[in-house]
Amino acid sequence: MSGPSDFQPTNPVLKWVERRLPILGLVHSSFVAYPTPRNLNYWWTFGAILSLMLVLQIVTGVILAMHYTPNADLAFRSVELLVRDVNYGWLLRNMHAAGASMFFFAVYIHMFRGLYYGSYKEPREVLWILGVIIYLLMMATGFMGYVLPWGQMSFWGATVITNLFSAIPYVGDSIVTLLWGGYSVGNPTLNRFFSLHYLLPFLIAGVVVLHVWALHVAGQNNPAGVEAKTEKDTVPFTPYATIKDMFGISCFLIFFAWFIFYMPNYLGDADNYIPANPGVTPAHIVPEWYYLPFYAILRSIPNKLAGVIAMFSAILVLVFLPWLDTARTRSSKYRPLAKQFFWIFVVVCVLLGYLGSQPPEGIYVIAGRILTVCYFAYFLIILPLLSRIETPRPVPNSIAEDVLAKYGKRVASVAVAFVIAAGLIASSTQNARAEDDTPPMQKWSFSGPFGKYDRGALQRGLKVYKEVCSNCHSLNYVAFRNLADPGGPGYSEAQAASFASDYKIKDGPNDQGDMFDRPGRVADYFPPPFPNEKAAAAANGGKAPPDLSLMAKARSYERGFPWFILDFFTQFQEQGPNYIDAILTGFEDKPPAGVTIPAGTYYNKYYPGHAIKMPKPLSDGQVTFDDGSPATVQQYAHDVATFLMWAAEPQMVARKHLGLQAFVFLIIFAFLMYFTKRKVWANAH
Amino acid sequence: MKGFGIVTTASSAEHPTRRDFLFVATGAFAAVGTVATIWPLVSQMSPDAATIAAGAPIEVDLKPIAVGQDIKVFWRGKPIYIMNRTKKQIQEARSVAVDSLRDPQTDQSRVKDGHDNWLVVIGICTHLGCIPIAHEGNYDGFFCPCHGSQYDSSGRIRQGPAPLNLAVPPYQFVSDTKIQIG
Repeated sequence: MSGPSDFQPTNPVLKWVERRLPILGLVHSSFVAYPTPRNLNYWWTFGAILSLMLVLQIVTGVILAMHYTPNADLAFRSVELLVRDVNYGWLLRNMHAAGASMFFFAVYIHMFRGLYYGSYKEPREVLWILGVIIYLLMMATGFMGYVLPWGQMSFWGATVITNLFSAIPYVGDSIVTLLWGGYSVGNPTLNRFFSLHYLLPFLIAGVVVLHVWALHVAGQNNPAGVEAKTEKDTVPFTPYATIKDMFGISCFLIFFAWFIFYMPNYLGDADNYIPANPGVTPAHIVPEWYYLPFYAILRSIPNKLAGVIAMFSAILVLVFLPWLDTARTRSSKYRPLAKQFFWIFVVVCVLLGYLGSQPPEGIYVIAGRILTVCYFAYFLIILPLLSRIETPRPVPNSIAEDVLAKYGKRVASVAVAFVIAAGLIASSTQNARAEDDTPPMQKWSFSGPFGKYDRGALQRGLKVYKEVCSNCHSLNYVAFRNLADPGGPGYSEAQAASFASDYKIKDGPNDQGDMFDRPGRVADYFPPPFPNEKAAAAANGGKAPPDLSLMAKARSYERGFPWFILDFFTQFQEQGPNYIDAILTGFEDKPPAGVTIPAGTYYNKYYPGHAIKMPKPLSDGQVTFDDGSPATVQQYAHDVATFLMWAAEPQMVARKHLGLQAFVFLIIFAFLMYFTKRKVWANAH
Repeated sequence: MKGFGIVTTASSAEHPTRRDFLFVATGAFAAVGTVATIWPLVSQMSPDAATIAAGAPIEVDLKPIAVGQDIKVFWRGKPIYIMNRTKKQIQEARSVAVDSLRDPQTDQSRVKDGHDNWLVVIGICTHLGCIPIAHEGNYDGFFCPCHGSQYDSSGRIRQGPAPLNLAVPPYQFVSDTKIQIG
């Protein structure tokens, strides 16, 4: 993409093609011979990582669309069946869902890198603005993709975000109606979001081509921020940059795989495992993490229109960055003040993100306002001011000189990061509330990277479900055949068939047009105890007992800082089973003194608000086990929680098993890439 | 091609160096990784577990089908013709010289012993997958309206472009009046 190439293939066929369409020359001049500064550091590999992520998202997305049904009544179920029944469906979904987060993670590093090294400055303004456009398109794509599973967060996220446009004076409501295609978020909204979610990634790919084109015209910036002048300053893109990018990618994939195989729900919200319900808003609406800083800015402003304007301005201000920061020196390496403010700005963004995830009350609102001011001040006051008053350190004459010189110490920034982290931990321990209604930690056979379901517990849990829970709760996504699936309760096909035949399944219509009951088959799903939700509600004091298939993933509780960070490393993700266990054992006959609960509810220590509509379901001796396990509520609760975890994630054992293989592979590959990179680069130094 | 030179020039077939080994090992790993990544992307297209489970055998009651009539049932999404053949149809099917057929099969081999009147075939034309119409055509069997293939009362191809006889699905008699398909 950097002008005509003198590349000439030797193969006569290629020669013939090349004379008519010089595509090989284009590829050669853009990705082989293209001169790249020799002093690029690993922050520059994120461009390649982003390209890979875009391709991966498109590939996995196209595949998911083969199994997904964009219909308000079927979407949620189609996603569940994709995860449960399609070969490697769980893998593809995790890749796509975690991939979105990885995409944003990489783009934020890419953007901060551009900010730090002044990559937006002359002559790269258009390159930078194209990047901002890509980022905006990514945000729109990510938002619409999050709506598609049609869970509670999908639905209410769609409602909240589309309502942002209602802030526009005069035409706002009309625009919102236009977005919805109805009087509220509904099936038409889902359909158009699906269509657009499929379209936008290809637009992104188009703008990425322009982005790369602009990059190859202006040439890459580099840590020294001086332009390449002689051939000594550069190395050919292939193999130097390609091999370095490959090594960067191989390390990034390890990070990515951690989410795919071990922490697939870490970045998601438990509420999104509850099917969309237009009648109930989740207690605490939070967008995906990558929108949180902007969400915090939105909430900081007490005026609707002003809040929306502030939120969009926070992104659009990036477009004007090349003209706000007019300092001659590009790289913050040589700008002592700009460097410090840059790191402060990073911290401001991270803190805004944290505030965006917290409830909008008390100190959080005040802190949010302060940080919002800081955010805008960085762009509108600090950077223009610094351009005028700062005295930069001398920049090297050339890239080659920069490579030879010893790098400055990074110790300072690392120290700053440590101080901040320590401060955060210290402050968190102070406001760590010692609440005793957090479900107690339990030991689970399925936790950790090698965890497996305990067969005995699954079989006992199934028995408790069948004899007790199933009188009120459905288990809609579990089929009888699943009882014989590997990694599950370990029944044989014949046992599953005989288990199924105990159930009466409604079928029909027959030749006479009548519905009829027949014995269950393995292909059938556990039949619900009530014919419909209204009947379930009517029989249970006005509130339908929730479906249990996804209960273990649909319930969670706040872990708080710093636990949620440690959980990432310890792979703790058993909030759901802990919660189920706690609810089943948390009933108390009488509320504690001074606590009153409404009539028709029961006191439960661990239920949010303590007043639960479900009466104490289990008591000692209610179910007897063949294997001699104690017939106690403790035991029942533990077994039911294990069973429901399996019901929610029947492919977990396969996931962790493949994860181990993937990790062994990726780590070896990263090592090989590292040494290969060193060998290749040995010639360049 | 300055860049590629570095990868290739140092190698020599007789004396593999440590560098060669590293490059080959890395390349091999990358290739294995690529294939391992592509596998799930392709495998996901095969029938999912729910579809496979729904393809389990079905039972069909033959009592309501009078002599000379047929019904169409669906198994694995395919139409299955179950025809209660008349004496005449059986006679016709068995009197033809097997050698003269395009896809030579005896009528006996296409029905179950002792249940000679029951013809069970997958009602999908072996030409291009249309559904032939029963009791039509010149052979008292099936006629495919798409391209004019004609099958006899044993479901064997007699005329037209189809290359093979109508397929017989796996089935067995569980009683005299009930069959299990699949």
